[in-house]
Amino acid sequence: MPQDREIAIDVRDAVKRYGTFAALKRISLTIRDNEFFTLLGPSGCGKTTLLRMIAGFEDVTEGAIYLYGEALDTLPPYKRPVNTVFQNYALFPHMNVLENVGFGLEMLGKSKAEARARAGEALEMVQLSQFASRKPSQLSGGQQQRVALARALAPRPRVLLLDEPLSALDLKLRKSMQVELKHLQRETGITFIFVTHDQEEALTMSDRIAVMSEGELQQLGEAREIYERPRNVFVADFIGDTNLMEVTVDKVSGGRAQCHLGGGHSLTCDAVDGVEAGARVHMSLRPERLFLSAQPAEPGSLPGTVRETIYIGTDIATIVDLEDGPQFTVRSSNSTRGNARVFEPGQNVAVNMETGAARLLAD
Amino acid sequence: MAKPHDLRRYPGFLAITILCLVILYAPLMVVAVYSFNASASITIWEGFSLRWYADVFTGPESAKYRDAAWNSFIIAITAATSASIIATLAATAVLRSGKFRLRTVSIGLISLPLMVPEIVTAVATLIFFNALAFERGILTILLAHIAFCIPFAYMPISARMQGIEASYEQAAMDLYATKRMAFTRILMPLMMPGIVSGFILAFIISLDDFIITNFVKGAGVETLPTAIFGAVKQGIKPNIMAISTLLLLVSIVMVALSWLIGRKDQKT
Amino acid sequence: MAGGAAPGGSVQSETYREARLWLLLPAWVTLGLLTLAPLMIMLVYSFLTKEFRGGVIWEFSLGAYDQFFFDRGLFGDDAPKIEWTYIGIFWRSIWQAGVATILSLLIGFPTAYFIATRPQRQRALWVFLVTIPYWVNLLIRTVSMKFLLRDEGPLNDGLMALGVISEPLGIVNTNLAVQLGLFYSYLPFMVLPIYAAVERYNFALSEAAADLYAPRWTVLRRVLLPAVKPGIVAGCILVFVPSLGSFLAPDLLGGAKNFMIGSLIEEQFKGNAGNWPFGAAASMILLSMVLILLIFSARQSQKGGA
Repeated sequence: MPQDREIAIDVRDAVKRYGTFAALKRISLTIRDNEFFTLLGPSGCGKTTLLRMIAGFEDVTEGAIYLYGEALDTLPPYKRPVNTVFQNYALFPHMNVLENVGFGLEMLGKSKAEARARAGEALEMVQLSQFASRKPSQLSGGQQQRVALARALAPRPRVLLLDEPLSALDLKLRKSMQVELKHLQRETGITFIFVTHDQEEALTMSDRIAVMSEGELQQLGEAREIYERPRNVFVADFIGDTNLMEVTVDKVSGGRAQCHLGGGHSLTCDAVDGVEAGARVHMSLRPERLFLSAQPAEPGSLPGTVRETIYIGTDIATIVDLEDGPQFTVRSSNSTRGNARVFEPGQNVAVNMETGAARLLAD
Repeated sequence: MAKPHDLRRYPGFLAITILCLVILYAPLMVVAVYSFNASASITIWEGFSLRWYADVFTGPESAKYRDAAWNSFIIAITAATSASIIATLAATAVLRSGKFRLRTVSIGLISLPLMVPEIVTAVATLIFFNALAFERGILTILLAHIAFCIPFAYMPISARMQGIEASYEQAAMDLYATKRMAFTRILMPLMMPGIVSGFILAFIISLDDFIITNFVKGAGVETLPTAIFGAVKQGIKPNIMAISTLLLLVSIVMVALSWLIGRKDQKT
Repeated sequence: MAGGAAPGGSVQSETYREARLWLLLPAWVTLGLLTLAPLMIMLVYSFLTKEFRGGVIWEFSLGAYDQFFFDRGLFGDDAPKIEWTYIGIFWRSIWQAGVATILSLLIGFPTAYFIATRPQRQRALWVFLVTIPYWVNLLIRTVSMKFLLRDEGPLNDGLMALGVISEPLGIVNTNLAVQLGLFYSYLPFMVLPIYAAVERYNFALSEAAADLYAPRWTVLRRVLLPAVKPGIVAGCILVFVPSLGSFLAPDLLGGAKNFMIGSLIEEQFKGNAGNWPFGAAASMILLSMVLILLIFSARQSQKGGA
């Protein structure tokens, strides 16, 4: 991905306070042109606040936001070349689909004919042309969602903001919309800023993800980077399943750290900056990067007993109690090609890990 | 439908409900029926006739009632229109301009006419016009009606407005509509059922009012209720029953109208 | 407030913040000038001296309140003696309004409950049926009641024809007639808030009580009634308050002997015989009673709502 690409949104030291409560605590980030960018975090982390500040529905308490180099300041929403797909769609119930989609163009002073034509094109893009004269209430949730998308795209904004637009859809529909959104983004070349609390959704669609928590930016990076190299406990815990536990560092050398868990089990982890021998830090181990084998344990593996085996469909999760130590979850693919054996509760097993599976984390 | 152990059912409640409806409707029915009585007496039934309806429109008192009805109508239309506009603007301020210090006070002021007994409002308004040496007449009635109709118009309008999420006007502004445009193109149409209900409610309340009108009207100015009251004081006459039945009909048509609007609104 | 009658509600947005003043101004001016200011001036008038042709002389006087409460003036040489006439009229008004409220509750609660437990689709129609009479002109309803109840009226005729009674009941011009009139005037006000409360009631609570061995009427008394109490209180207030200051029912149905506050006040402003300061004072006393009642019930419902 070219790094010198034009910057679409530049958030500089943005702070949002409601009275004494700080919803955003000095956030700085840049969003590149033509990027599918996701703001990810639990509810109340400030992601929607940031989105609404870009849209112009909330003012910025301190700091500034630039849109393609121009400060947005107190520019009202109707003067920003930015459109929003609202969480509840906010389709105007008294207008039909075509009127909804053409509304923005009409407000921009386009002629009725042009507004209609371009609204028609936008509807075509989301494959809803045949519903043009329906009222929003006559559409299914998924169709309403696509109308909302067409309405926001019709004026060809420079940036499209999407506020948890898929949260009201059922799982199947959500998955197909994820693909469609990604496709639309590539086709239109518009910068998408997507807000979600669903980490899987974020990983699926985004070029880059900003993970937020309690009004602060936790980590910004590509999906793989965030999943595989979480910077801190929050990110490791929030993205995907993981075995999160405290370890004591025995020795650090060459980016690797020798650590031990409760029960005296020792293992080698990817180190984190500034960690020293003797420190107690958190460690993350993704369950799919572990595998089980029958005891006796080979060197480097951890001996334990199976507590529970859980059938998940695609995977099988096994919960293992280490001898005198913590509990681990191990996931293996439920495939006949795999040679993963299924163990019964009470069986003695050894937990093995791929190289680089264990990562130390900053707090 | 009734299951033997349906916890929701209490024996006798249906009977009381029917009794309730009988009590509510019997007096009105009786008057409606007797308005078609051929007899000049209000006691004896002498067969069906439209004579008293003819009397209302062409009889010796027809001019009086026509004037009164006209006054009532003009006052109700004007008062309901003004009250609906004032209430719509006020509801926008109370519900869509953020929190502010005088918000509670404003809500209190708007609901004040609901809390003050009507007779007290009547006395106060009369004294007010008297203190200002304002000559009593149709204008004083109108002013008083606008004031006490405001909360009645406000209730359905604000209830409706509360149901309109902020995202609608935000979506409009996001799509380049100015605040004014967002109001006229999005909020107003969405609020219309509430505004219509508010208007109808205010209209009926104004048409209905006797006590305040009776206090603030000038000599010789009558609305339908004050004219009817004056006549009833001399004894109930058949033509009064005919007028009453007509007014009853107007009310029922108006209510049915607002009910239908409300129902249609729920469907969309 | 229970019954959903209170204007208010939560703030939806801040979109029209800049226009706030202009949006509110018409309401402030209209209501301030035509409702609040008149009440203030009425308070002032209640402390003025009466003029004999109606109206007032702009001279401070406690005469109106003195006349209301005391027989021999507070400011005379003799010890003051309480005047019972007007207090009696107020007391009768409270009594009449109270009886009307209880009657309304006895009929209104089962009705509201019955309607609220109909299938969803039927409810709107039932509510509609109960509300129609409220929309009909109060004067016409009161006249209709008088027409029905009078000695030669259909009720007495019907009962005599059935042989239930041998002579007219003579209801008109009694306390009972006024109570029935008030009850009839404001019955829908009782039904609607109770209906709203019962409709919101979660019947799983009744089921839980029954599951724990409570018989049907105990469920009603111990679980349902406490849960819908705010609706009942709202209904009682909505019937009691307008009944207290009503004019038409006592005037048309009660006759001269069954005077209530409304008539007492009205009389002070009719023709030349009136006493404006006294009428203003009586209005102030009525208003104070109502406001105390409203504040008290608001406190109660706040406590209940928490």
